[in-house]
Amino acid sequence: MSRARTTRPRWRLPLRFAVLGYLTILILLPVGTVFYRAFQHGLGVAWDSFTAPDALHALWLTLLVAAIAVPLNTAFGVGVSLILARHRFPGAWLLDAFVDIPLAISPVVIGLGLILVYGKTGWFGNWLAARGITVIFSLPGIIMASAAVSLPYVVREVLPVLQEIGTEQEQAARTLGARPLSVFWRITLPNIRRGLAYGVTLTTARVLGEFGAVAIVSGNIVNKTQTLTLFISTSIDNLDPNSAYVGAVALCVAALLVLTLLTVTDRRRSEWHTKATL
Amino acid sequence: MAHEGDPVSIHVEGISKRFGDAVALDDVSLEVETGSLTALLGPSGGGKSTLLRIIAGLDTPDTGVVRIEGEDLTTTPARSRGVGFCFQHYAPFRHLTVRRNVAFGLEIRRRPKAEIKARVDELLELVGLSHLGDRYPSQLSGGQRQRMALARALAIEPKVLLLDEPFGALDAQVRTQLRQWLRDLHDTLHVTTVLVTHDQEEAMEVADRLAIINHGRLEQVGTPADMYDHPANEFVLTFLGPATRLGGQWVRPHDLALHHDEGARPTPDAVPGTVSRITHLGFEVKVDVTLDDGACWVQLSRGTAADLGLAPGQRVWVVRTESTGPASEPETRSESAHDGEPEATEAARVSAAAQGGA
Amino acid sequence: MSVGASVADLGLPGGEPSAPADRRPERSLWRRLPPSVPPAPLAAAGRVARSAAGPTLAVTYLSLLVLLPLAALLTNAFSSGWSAFWAAITQPEAVAALELTLAASAIVAVVNSVAGVAIAFVLVRDDFRGKSLLSAVIDLPFALPTIVAGLTLLALYGADSPFHVNLAGTRLGVGAALLFVTLPFCVRSVQPVLAELDAEIEEAAASLGATPRQVLRRIILPSILPAMLAGTGLAFARAVGEFGSVVLISGNIPFKTEVASSWIFSLSQSGDLPAASAVSVLLVAISLLVLLSIGWMRRRFDVPDTI
Repeated sequence: MSRARTTRPRWRLPLRFAVLGYLTILILLPVGTVFYRAFQHGLGVAWDSFTAPDALHALWLTLLVAAIAVPLNTAFGVGVSLILARHRFPGAWLLDAFVDIPLAISPVVIGLGLILVYGKTGWFGNWLAARGITVIFSLPGIIMASAAVSLPYVVREVLPVLQEIGTEQEQAARTLGARPLSVFWRITLPNIRRGLAYGVTLTTARVLGEFGAVAIVSGNIVNKTQTLTLFISTSIDNLDPNSAYVGAVALCVAALLVLTLLTVTDRRRSEWHTKATL
Repeated sequence: MAHEGDPVSIHVEGISKRFGDAVALDDVSLEVETGSLTALLGPSGGGKSTLLRIIAGLDTPDTGVVRIEGEDLTTTPARSRGVGFCFQHYAPFRHLTVRRNVAFGLEIRRRPKAEIKARVDELLELVGLSHLGDRYPSQLSGGQRQRMALARALAIEPKVLLLDEPFGALDAQVRTQLRQWLRDLHDTLHVTTVLVTHDQEEAMEVADRLAIINHGRLEQVGTPADMYDHPANEFVLTFLGPATRLGGQWVRPHDLALHHDEGARPTPDAVPGTVSRITHLGFEVKVDVTLDDGACWVQLSRGTAADLGLAPGQRVWVVRTESTGPASEPETRSESAHDGEPEATEAARVSAAAQGGA
Repeated sequence: MSVGASVADLGLPGGEPSAPADRRPERSLWRRLPPSVPPAPLAAAGRVARSAAGPTLAVTYLSLLVLLPLAALLTNAFSSGWSAFWAAITQPEAVAALELTLAASAIVAVVNSVAGVAIAFVLVRDDFRGKSLLSAVIDLPFALPTIVAGLTLLALYGADSPFHVNLAGTRLGVGAALLFVTLPFCVRSVQPVLAELDAEIEEAAASLGATPRQVLRRIILPSILPAMLAGTGLAFARAVGEFGSVVLISGNIPFKTEVASSWIFSLSQSGDLPAASAVSVLLVAISLLVLLSIGWMRRRFDVPDTI
């Protein structure tokens, strides 16, 4: 039984307007301006900027990186969540803490660390050069940087779900004769589906939007290692704001898509959450 | 204006409340005497909690008046009514220690620190939590939390104490213990108390008077014994104790006896039947009997059942032993006034009349 | 043994033994469930996860991406000894950048913590059309790429600002960028806790004589304090490392608007990796210290676990 509690009538409107004002100034206006500036000179100019070879390559590269980094992190995330949720071992808390590290460290620092390990003068520099593998200033480096900064998201969404639903359903399935793999496929996976979707969406958003780590690691070579975010930054530096705004709009659209997905899965997630605990 | 010496502490009249389309309370009127422990009893969802919350000021009625110690408090907010309220799930202030919880009402009123400390010590002693004063509610058991909640409510010296299913969330054993403890506490302090419960055994054991509320309507008010022996209607009869039907009439199973069928009818109104099942429930034995026009069950003591030597399939005669069972027609409320007190039946009659006219 | 057959084999009491006709293959009994044989790749993944290879693989992945780079940073920072490390972190430009970063992040974290509570109140306890839109807007900075965030702020509050508010190259601009990106953390950490607050607690306080203001001050705010501190910690950590949203509007003016991450970036571009590592290590150390302190404060204000 829920009793509606609302803010005191005297404060409700002032608080509401203060909050709406803050959000408008901070978020709504800036984002709206980008859309405006992108199409300021007409759809034709915008389209030209968008379909320029540099821009298209940047878009393609960004999508490619996401297509590789996101599944990698998803597999890792689910695996680590299962390990942490179902097994007790000394140092489990340490693993948990390590997974959260990228959240507390600047992406620039992460990128720098990657260079120090995989760059030409890095720890594995000679080993990689001997095998003809380039990581830094090349696609693998970008993928690694993107994966590193978005590492925690799937774990943080899936682990609590696994801990909350407990092992009873899985045990029940085992007493009914299901093999461990069937248990995972039929019982565990459907239960974590929503949390997983939420985590994957967050990871994708992060990978698409990563700038700092990729800036350091990629060398920002046009048409080769320039992601869409780097493209935007370079365009501003090159006094080509149009291209920058157009690129920004593309990423904004992606972000809005992400937001919609987040809102939808979140609502269903909390509904499911309530039903699951009944 | 009435004052503390008044016999009536709480007076609600014509209270009605709807939540959307659902009627929670329908023209309920009730009086609670000063210093008594009254139980609002009834099935879940019947409206008793709503009535209690209205008395406390946590909900407002659509119509009706709430008077506490003669003062009309219908529109007064909860914080100014001087009532103590306890919730089923204790509503502890989780971030405060037990001490600070109990002291809360006094701190709000800006009492001097020394006075607060003395009063809190006194109350913790009273409820037996002196050694747990510096713990947090989450470190207490359910029973201890409820005792803390009681101490907290009593700290502000309320005019009336309102308890909303206070033992509903506790284990059976703890519940029984706290029931007795609450009665003892009441006998010590004599604060006017209203207790909401759906457990008729609890109500009958603890309360001076019962008010039965069903589907938002007040069915009957009276003492436990009174209402058990002279229920106003079928609902009260079946709610307050075991009941079974014999010859078209309701009767209490422990007011029935069994005789073996050896040919002659033992009494003129004996009913023939066949034993279908015998269940041993410790002290009692429950015997299900199939009749010509249905079935009934009889409650016997171990000894009686053993003496009879019953077995399923036997033919028996079922005989009424007491005549204090309800008559075939539901009694009118005026009849139950014989043992009841004038004020209660007056209120009950008013509500009965209102329902009749609805 | 397939699941369908095993259920029938259990011979559950109270029922008739299943007739032979019921022991048909899974299709009839479990039609609505997914096929019993999962795709091969997932089967492989499952097998791996179950064996000891699982944790090893996970730790390897983690090491390659995060742990080794961090270790490399640490060793590289001291590769030329303590004096080089010290020189790198006491370099005036480094000091200025660090001071700006830490001060700005602290201020922004505090401001947004307060704003976050206010916004959470509106989200949880107010109701008006478009409230769900509001909720989505709050998450926008979280979903938006940082460089786009920077671009949007530059567009509106930069040189070409339609409001003629020019924050480009100012510390206020840096602050605005940090406020933008850290807002969601402060709101989303408090919101669920506020929503979960039991109405009965507030009613109990009211019945004990508390005015709504007293209920807010003595009951509600203390209850959400741990969550608020968690948000403050997250916001601070994010702000300290923020790069993409700040670069555009700040202009990276040394000694004025250059934040620590920009300084590290320019050091790496000019090839001075040891110095970059040194400043990175210091930055990480300080933010870790602050996070631990906030965590300690949280535990102090948090209630002990239930027995």
